[in-house]
Amino acid sequence: MVEKDHFRQVLQHSPFHDRIEEHNLIKNWMSWNGYQTARVLDTLSAEYFAIRSGCSVMDLTPMEKYRITGPDSLAFLNRLVARDLSKLKPNRVTYVVWCNDDGKVLDDGTIFHLGDAGYRLCSQHHQLDWLLISSQGFDVEIAEETHEVAALAVQGPTSCAVLRAAGIDGLDQLKPFGIQYTQLLGFEVMVSRTGYTGDLGYEVWTEPRHAVDLWDAIFATKHRGLYDVRVIGLDALEMVRIEAGFIMPGDDFITAETAVRADHDRSPFELGVGWTVNLDKPYFTGKGALIKEKSSAIKRRLVKLVVEGNKPPVDSFLYDAMKGKRIGTIKSQTWSPILKANLAMADIDYINGKAPREIWAEIYYQKELTWHATWARTTVSEKPFWSHPRKSATPPGPY
Amino acid sequence: MANNRGKKYDAIVIGAGHNGLTNAAFLAKAGLDVLVLEKNEYIGGATVSRELHEGWKYSNCSYVCSLFRPEIYQALDLGRHGLEVIPLQGSTTFMQNGDYFGSYHQPTVRRREIARHSKRDADAAIRFDADLMKWCRLIRGFLLRTPPNPASLKPRDAWEFAYLVKQFYGLSESQIYEFIRFFTMSIAEYLEEYFESDVILAHFSGGSIIGTGLGVYSPGTAYVLLHHAMGDVDGNIGSWGFSRGGMGAIAKSIAASFSSFGGEIRTAAEVRQIRVAGRRAVGVVLVSGEEIDASVVVSNLDAKRTFLGVMDPKDLPEDLLHRAENFKIRGSSGKVNIALDGLPNMTALPQGSPLTRGHMHFTDTLERLERGYDDWKDNRWSADPYVDALIPSQFDPTLAPPGKHMMSVFVQYCPYDVEGGWSDEKRDAFGATVIDQIAQYSPDFKSMILHTEVRTPLELENEVGLTEGNIFQGELTLDQLMFNRPFPGYAQYRGPVKNMYLCSSSTHPGGGVMGAPGANSAREILKDLRRLNTVPADFGDD
Amino acid sequence: MTNSKTIVLVGGGHNGLVCATYLAKGLGPAGYTVQVLEARDQIGGAASTRCFGQDSCKGGFRVSAVAHVLHSLDPQIGRDLNLANAGLDRGPAIETISLGRNGDHLTLSATAVSGNGLSKVDIESYASFKNEFRSYAKALKPLMTNRPPRLKNMDRRDLITLTQLGWALRFGLGANSMLEFLRVGGINIYDVLNEQFDSERLKGAIAADAVIGHHMGPRTPTTVLTYLHRLQGELHSPQTLPPGGMGKVTEALAEAARIAGVHIRTGAKVTRILIRDGSVTGVALDSGERIDTELVVSNADAKTTFLKLVGTQDLDAMFAHRIRKTRTNGTVAKLHLGLKGLPEVNGMSVAQLGQRLLIAPDMGYVEHAFNHAKYGEFSEHPVLEITLPSITDASLTRDGYHVMSVVACFAPYALKTGWDQGREVFADRIVSLLGAYFPGIASQIVARELLTPVDIEAQYNITGGHWHHGELGIDQSFMMRPVHGAAQYDTPVDGLFLCGAAAHPGGGVTGVPGRLAAERILALSR
Repeated sequence: MVEKDHFRQVLQHSPFHDRIEEHNLIKNWMSWNGYQTARVLDTLSAEYFAIRSGCSVMDLTPMEKYRITGPDSLAFLNRLVARDLSKLKPNRVTYVVWCNDDGKVLDDGTIFHLGDAGYRLCSQHHQLDWLLISSQGFDVEIAEETHEVAALAVQGPTSCAVLRAAGIDGLDQLKPFGIQYTQLLGFEVMVSRTGYTGDLGYEVWTEPRHAVDLWDAIFATKHRGLYDVRVIGLDALEMVRIEAGFIMPGDDFITAETAVRADHDRSPFELGVGWTVNLDKPYFTGKGALIKEKSSAIKRRLVKLVVEGNKPPVDSFLYDAMKGKRIGTIKSQTWSPILKANLAMADIDYINGKAPREIWAEIYYQKELTWHATWARTTVSEKPFWSHPRKSATPPGPY
Repeated sequence: MANNRGKKYDAIVIGAGHNGLTNAAFLAKAGLDVLVLEKNEYIGGATVSRELHEGWKYSNCSYVCSLFRPEIYQALDLGRHGLEVIPLQGSTTFMQNGDYFGSYHQPTVRRREIARHSKRDADAAIRFDADLMKWCRLIRGFLLRTPPNPASLKPRDAWEFAYLVKQFYGLSESQIYEFIRFFTMSIAEYLEEYFESDVILAHFSGGSIIGTGLGVYSPGTAYVLLHHAMGDVDGNIGSWGFSRGGMGAIAKSIAASFSSFGGEIRTAAEVRQIRVAGRRAVGVVLVSGEEIDASVVVSNLDAKRTFLGVMDPKDLPEDLLHRAENFKIRGSSGKVNIALDGLPNMTALPQGSPLTRGHMHFTDTLERLERGYDDWKDNRWSADPYVDALIPSQFDPTLAPPGKHMMSVFVQYCPYDVEGGWSDEKRDAFGATVIDQIAQYSPDFKSMILHTEVRTPLELENEVGLTEGNIFQGELTLDQLMFNRPFPGYAQYRGPVKNMYLCSSSTHPGGGVMGAPGANSAREILKDLRRLNTVPADFGDD
Repeated sequence: MTNSKTIVLVGGGHNGLVCATYLAKGLGPAGYTVQVLEARDQIGGAASTRCFGQDSCKGGFRVSAVAHVLHSLDPQIGRDLNLANAGLDRGPAIETISLGRNGDHLTLSATAVSGNGLSKVDIESYASFKNEFRSYAKALKPLMTNRPPRLKNMDRRDLITLTQLGWALRFGLGANSMLEFLRVGGINIYDVLNEQFDSERLKGAIAADAVIGHHMGPRTPTTVLTYLHRLQGELHSPQTLPPGGMGKVTEALAEAARIAGVHIRTGAKVTRILIRDGSVTGVALDSGERIDTELVVSNADAKTTFLKLVGTQDLDAMFAHRIRKTRTNGTVAKLHLGLKGLPEVNGMSVAQLGQRLLIAPDMGYVEHAFNHAKYGEFSEHPVLEITLPSITDASLTRDGYHVMSVVACFAPYALKTGWDQGREVFADRIVSLLGAYFPGIASQIVARELLTPVDIEAQYNITGGHWHHGELGIDQSFMMRPVHGAAQYDTPVDGLFLCGAAAHPGGGVTGVPGRLAAERILALSR
């Protein structure tokens, strides 16, 4: 229930806020979905390496969450998203994208099959209007539950060990994209082996009233001197999600609902997530348009680029060969400390349906306020830039 | 007053409103010797602020701006000539159940406030904003252009028409149809495709009826929303601004710019007639009998006053006379300016709400808005009027003494031809209706009133010279837009005789404190005179 | 029944029958059979004849159900389908008489107006006004009698239509008329009539023609367009009262269909259009029967077709949303009166009584009548369109009795009080209004029934009970009818077509949507 004077506090606090604030040494906050969220709490590199080499904790509560229940839930969701959900078993999670009528991506997210409790859809952007539009003719209930579910992402090679030490049992047998329920200190938590880091990791879900207890249980492992556990902010997450090759709506592409200019929206094929599109399943929104797109020449692709050298290719233009035809731009990029390379997501045009042979980036960078221009060769990476076997090993190995 | 007898000006502009001054300034900037004639003793037309109650400054016609083209602002250097436009802090619709809906300036708060009334609507607003932006983007490109004549076979018109079609074709096929739908739908029905909450529907509809002779369910009103939404203050689309010192500051700054280019303004100089010789305009004759010669005469009067007022019917083709007579320019708005002893307490708003510094509305359903229109159709003012109230003295201390306040109240609907004709009693009764409407939501409001100035369309007509008090100088309906504005065949700023031009809001792109008609007209005049164009092109969007 | 060469037409209204006949003629030789499935026990849909009063038609009254004046049946259809041969009788041509309370009635024909107290100027203006507006209607003909062209990604046919339209506007009308048309095309009839005429009665009568059947008042912008829509019919034939009621017209259409080899089944209610992988595979009936087919043509309204028969699971979400948001609430009620004896009107002959009578004394009256509809109320003083078909057609009832058929505006579908509460109140109100013009009529009434939009919806399977299967606002017309993406008779579902009033050019007993849908199907099957 929102009070009439909610204007007094612009950014909402999640149930973990007080705890996070204690860890946030530099008070570098921003808004994520209307919640006060840390960008960096202490040092970016420390937070990055907590994810890649230790155990990181991030507040997931601001992520949009919807609960879908009712007899037509599966039919509704299967008409909503491009992926075939009929094979999604209870206590399993899957990654999905959904499109508008023109086959352009509205958002991406994950769907949790919660068994008798229905489905949970997590998304990047606000989707209630679209979900309700899509629900016409289906016997389903859709409820936004963002603020009713507190969630933490616990990610990194020691994450399993940390959660175990915190008192969450049975994680050894939890496979990637699996869900399990456990009692912790007398309340129920749901753990899913999911994440946005491309590493071993879990997301832990509970009621807001147990949020602080959950947090304290996890950090107790640190206080007991067992493991280092570090709170991370959005900036570190941005680095690892690019390494893992995950796309970010709003950064790597404009969502179809917010695109004002024609041709600025993108299809799943164009975003390189065509693997989630199943054209053999029953009708879903955008299917007709996607079938048509599939049979015509490729116009463009969002690709993963490794950019040679160490100059940051921020907002760089891309060319077909050095000083050749301009074919696109870099949408997001990061320096990968673990790979010692510049990694980027880039939107490039295909020429006559063909990928450019060699892509060069024109980079502007400054040293002591003096600007320089340089060219850097790039290579397209078909796979995630970084992937580790521990991500999918069940049971997870020791660290 | 300078004695101009014997002097021949390059151009005379009739009417020192913002469009007349804009027009004159661009002509003067091109090196022309320009005289602006104003009937009143003060300049500004409808962009005017005057001290009508001691210590208080009333902007007694137009009261906010957002549409004013930044291209003109920049080209005439208005910032250096004293113009300051302060963005307003959102808007509120007070509800009959004691609650309110606030469209806050702060986006996160705004979103949460919509969600407070409907979670779905908060998300639908994202879709709505993006769609509205598509249409804004398209229409804004046409504001600083001259509409083509669709029946003309001239290359220039064909080229301009092709440009229009090309812009249109920047949209996808389904967007083209959606645009046509937007252009022809009623605001209520358009909004109902997005929103479900009554108060949100009512809140977003209000802008579409301001100044019009249409109701929220009248087809064509969705487009009027654009007239109120496509303006911007420093790139914040749809946000409104208030010029420091009142709306008169806009006219003053344009006048200062005009003077810096050597232009001359004469007030208390009412034009009786545009003199025509050999089917050419050659000057004007004032009410005083004085004759002034000029190579070009530009009328900033509305189309009715221009053709039926200051032109001799024998100089006009018959079809034009007929069209001028049938030009739709019905007054539908009133204005109440109130001097307040303090800041009234709006019961519904929590202490410290920023919303007191924005627009305040008091009509929370579409039905109430539409019933207000039904009253107007029957020549009555709305018994339950749509009110746009604002207390600008909160952020502009030049408007009222310290601790006191000035409230500007725009009222929709108020007829020009009230049943039985206007009288002082009726005007006061109209004012009382408006004050009662506000007082329902503010118990101490009435006790704070020190002075009230009530203006019906009749007063707007008499003082400013807006025919029937129509604030747009002609209704913004499909028959009077683009190449139909003011009349088919006369939409390119040129009058029916040579060297005579129009530059008022009666011409494309129409009303609102925009300056575009004045600028477009100047561009056409300079083209005919083979002078260097001083009128800027649209900044463009990409 | 399994046959991939079966074409199923859902709905045996006039457009469905027209479409079926064209299809049978065009595809019959290629081995296709065309089946019309009508849910009711009688063909004709809203263009049928119904009985009321007493227990059965014997001793009771018969009357045209919804549409009661034939004024726009496309003559090309008459020729193509040889309807004269099938027994089509349009019946006697009638004029429109706008009733005055004191015998000061106005008679409006297609080209002239006469009546007491009418000024010479008005009489002359009427002739020139009708001339001008008929020329506009004519200029719109390329658009009104063809498949609506797409505005981007056009094919050859679209380009031809657009060129013809552009030519008709620019050179058919001439530069001045074109500009004038572009001015008035989007505005309201109220302003136009005020520019043209002085007589309030005359303006009221014309304004009524512009708004009857629509959720619009004279001051609603776009009522010039609805008036031009009505004038389309006037371009080729006079308005008539078909003997035996409108049902006889659709019976003739059905006969023409049978001659062409169409199978017509009544009492066959389609509950589902079956779809697989985005293509039609058949239809399911409420009897449980399934008919396999790859081609289904729906004469049902768009909401029924897409939201009920197809179902949203086979449609894109925004498309379904747009269908759902189309404005389809009817605003017209139909009052049927069985009368003992012929009612009398001050100063009117029996022959005059047999014309189309209007009660719409002035534009303010019409506008006020409409005001109520906006708020979910029926009109306090409704606008009435009255016929007494039994004057020229004795078959409708017994000797000494008469049938009065009254179209009453405005009666909104979504009545705030609900029609169960409102039905009799509104009927009483109409009767008492009639009494002011037909003194003593109340005592002549031996039977009456009021069909509200809710009844029309329930009995004739039209969502919202809307005459036109959806408002004819610009945003729901032409290439946006019923919605863009389904405006060229084909739909996002392969093998599913629309042929009813929900499609361009909309309602009225014109048959044009049926003809154009058939042309589209035949063109695509080539």
